[in-house]
Amino acid sequence: MSVHSSISLLLVLLLPPLLLGVVNKTKAAFGGRNGPPLLQPYYDLRKLLGKGMVLSSATTGVFLAGPVVTLAATLAAALLVPLGHHAAVIAFPGDMILFAYLLALGRFFTAAAALDTGSPFEGMGASREVTFAWLAEPALFLGFVALARMSGSYSLSGMLADPAVAPIHHMGPMVLIVAGWFIVLLAENCRIPFDDPNTHLELTMIHEVMVLDHSGPALGVIVYGASVKLFLFTALVLGALLPFSANAWTDWLLFVASAIGTAVLLGIVESTMARLRLLHVPKLLVSGSLLTAFAIVFQLHR
Amino acid sequence: MSTWCLLAAILLAALSGLGALSAKTRSGAFGKTSCGMQLLAAVLGTLSAIAVLGGGPTGSVRVPLSPLLPALTFGLDALSAVFLLPVCFLCGCASVFDLGYWHPAASAHGARARSFLGLLFASLMALLAAQDGIAFLVAWELMALAAFFLVTTEHHEPEVRTAGWIYLTATHAGTLCLIAFFCSWEALSGGSALVPLAPGGPAGGAGAVPSRDVLFVLALIGFGLKAGVVPLHFWLPPAHANAPSHVSAVMSGVLIKMGVYGIVRTAWMLPGPPLWWGVAVLAIGAVSTTVGVAFAIGQHDLKRLLAYHSIENIGIIFLGLGTALLGRTTGNLELQALGLGGALLHVWNHGLFKGLLFLTAGASIHACATRELDQLGGLAHKMPVTAACFLLGAIAICGLPPLNGFVSELLTYLGLFHALAAEPRVAAAAAVAIPALAVAGAMALLCFVKVFGVVYLGAPRSEAATRAHEAGPAMKAPMFALGGACLLIGLAPALALPALQPAVADWVGATTAPRLDALLPCAWISAIGLALLGAIAVSWTWLHRRRDRRQDAVGTWDCGCARPSPAMQYTASSFAQQFVDNSSLLLWPRTHLPATGALFPGRTSFHSHVPDLVLDRVLVPTLRGLAIGCNWLRGLQRGRVQLYLLYVFLTLLCLLLFT
Repeated sequence: MSVHSSISLLLVLLLPPLLLGVVNKTKAAFGGRNGPPLLQPYYDLRKLLGKGMVLSSATTGVFLAGPVVTLAATLAAALLVPLGHHAAVIAFPGDMILFAYLLALGRFFTAAAALDTGSPFEGMGASREVTFAWLAEPALFLGFVALARMSGSYSLSGMLADPAVAPIHHMGPMVLIVAGWFIVLLAENCRIPFDDPNTHLELTMIHEVMVLDHSGPALGVIVYGASVKLFLFTALVLGALLPFSANAWTDWLLFVASAIGTAVLLGIVESTMARLRLLHVPKLLVSGSLLTAFAIVFQLHR
Repeated sequence: MSTWCLLAAILLAALSGLGALSAKTRSGAFGKTSCGMQLLAAVLGTLSAIAVLGGGPTGSVRVPLSPLLPALTFGLDALSAVFLLPVCFLCGCASVFDLGYWHPAASAHGARARSFLGLLFASLMALLAAQDGIAFLVAWELMALAAFFLVTTEHHEPEVRTAGWIYLTATHAGTLCLIAFFCSWEALSGGSALVPLAPGGPAGGAGAVPSRDVLFVLALIGFGLKAGVVPLHFWLPPAHANAPSHVSAVMSGVLIKMGVYGIVRTAWMLPGPPLWWGVAVLAIGAVSTTVGVAFAIGQHDLKRLLAYHSIENIGIIFLGLGTALLGRTTGNLELQALGLGGALLHVWNHGLFKGLLFLTAGASIHACATRELDQLGGLAHKMPVTAACFLLGAIAICGLPPLNGFVSELLTYLGLFHALAAEPRVAAAAAVAIPALAVAGAMALLCFVKVFGVVYLGAPRSEAATRAHEAGPAMKAPMFALGGACLLIGLAPALALPALQPAVADWVGATTAPRLDALLPCAWISAIGLALLGAIAVSWTWLHRRRDRRQDAVGTWDCGCARPSPAMQYTASSFAQQFVDNSSLLLWPRTHLPATGALFPGRTSFHSHVPDLVLDRVLVPTLRGLAIGCNWLRGLQRGRVQLYLLYVFLTLLCLLLFT
């Protein structure tokens, strides 16, 4: 395994919770508070993993499979995503499909675990999660289509980490893809304006309400998995956005800095925007898909 | 040799039901002997398919059935052998499942189903072995009729009879197109053998030679009706819902694939397709797959829902096929291999996971005596093995790794992505098909989270669901076989792809057809799949050990509600409501809202239902209008033989005078 693959693995495993910390810190700054320390998500994870766990008598093995499968699938997907302009740990033709479907596997089990409790609230959250996901899926795939046509490659690393398809050469379509994928990032990771990770009113929640009954280590696994997923989507968007630098090491620096920058941006979005009404969520998702669809139109008549 | 083996299998399967004519069908001996005969036929059929796919000789046999007809030609080639394997596997599984399916009180139904199952199995094999037009049509008709009698097994229910009649009408409409198709084929090719046209152009008999486009359209309609593509799918949901579950498994798993077989064979027989063939097949695929799954989400009858998913999966197969046709037009070998490979593998995979889903659904329906999703719930506690098998099938049908559905969808995706590099028109078609496939996958996930969650998880919603019991061994064994096959193909695609290679090579027709296992990253799929399963198993066990045993009697957190009841759970219709509302332009749901006008409203109820777009919204009203409009014609039908003889005489006279 090369040095760069090892760095990728370390970043994927260690960096994600920091992004959550940065988001919270930014929101605190906007609210005029000091906010929790930057490393608070790590402390939270350690606390959760050390706690006991309560299982409802209504549940079956699926309830625990929810967090476990989601985390395993997300980590497997992480092996396929190029970070910055370094090729992913594993790359092969068709890996972007595997990436999307691994995340879908996680979604299946998270939603099934929510239904396993028999609670109406969690059923509501599961329903919303899978309904919004099918609207977000075309934006992701249309982005893949545009990038594949652009780069002639059928792998994420070939699409995002190849100097020949640097964003500078394809300004128009790349801007559209980044915009479309940023909407997907917000939706898939349940951020404002789709969902508020801090809300305490079950009726309006999506992701948080699905995991109401998970506690202790199971909740820790869920929180960690969610942060990895946020990191992966950040990496996807950055892959389509970052210009090339000559040196591999400055490239790493640039990537980490811009990942943290994205987290700051998320914090700004969450501090300045309100949540959308649930009925308006599909409209925003459809516009995300249309943005990436226009990127293809650019590409078809080259 | 392999052909004789197959003919023996056909004979064995056809005769397996004869015992039903005796009065002693209740003893159980009939069921076991006939199951044994059908299993033996399945083994023989599988052996002959393996022999052909392994590169054995593909000799054909001429069978003189009647002095009036020309001798029928039977034999196997690589293309039909690929379809023969799932036929044998699924019919074998259904035959074993049948042993445990019927309550002793319904043994008359059981005997009827068993004997027609044998006949259906025989006709499916005969259809695949048919090598000329007449043999094909004979087997096709036998298959259609056997399936009709199977659908109407429980004919005391009016709903079942309606489903049967709709199916019979639809299948005969398709057969009419096929008769026209085979007549045109004889005129075009100058023979009846079902092999590709000579490259020199049509041998052509006397008279006008029909154009290839006409042949292709006839095949699309005739075979498309059997395959159940939108908008010709209307017969499929009622037929699949009302047949016994293992019959639905065979119908959905392999019978509708005969339509796919017909189209694959037609495309093979007519070389040099124009661009619009591929685009048309892609469009049909994209529409079928998205519309099929959208209607599935709106259903609340477990088997009707699964039937709509068959339409979705046929759509996915058509997407692969369309890619292959585009490859044929542009002369791109990789496109052909990926598209056809994806389509053929999905034919297998859909047979396996849909068979599994229908059998597990059948076991659950058997245990609770209802198909209504909202009457079920919590079955995983009572029937854990069935629930686990259903979960396996659900993951596979959503195309999720590490199961088999993912492998064939990946092949299809790769084919479509390869098409992106072609000329703009081809690339545009692929750019529309890829998101259609992705959306269908995400919607299938919505649908199966709903079904699995509502039926197997949570708490029972009705008295019947609390009394559920685990399926018996005869029902479990086929589930294990099908589930194991799903897992095997998903984890080791390198084992399945070489079996498809001869068929792909034949179809592509080039001496150097690209190898499927070189185009698909098999090693990575296996490695990631195994690693994923290992990681899940280890961490699940770790997490399970961490639970607090003192707290085991705690219920689900009820958010402060003092007395939660099972009726408060999210139901199938509430789970799908947001989707159905968002797509009401397509689905056109019917809802009956509760009347709550007064201050103290009495008992009231809410129904919602998604009727079929084609059958309930178009065909039934149109045909009803037509029937009323044609009332005056009834005068001609007096029911007297003499009158009909007069009609015949007059018609003949006219024909003689005016030709």
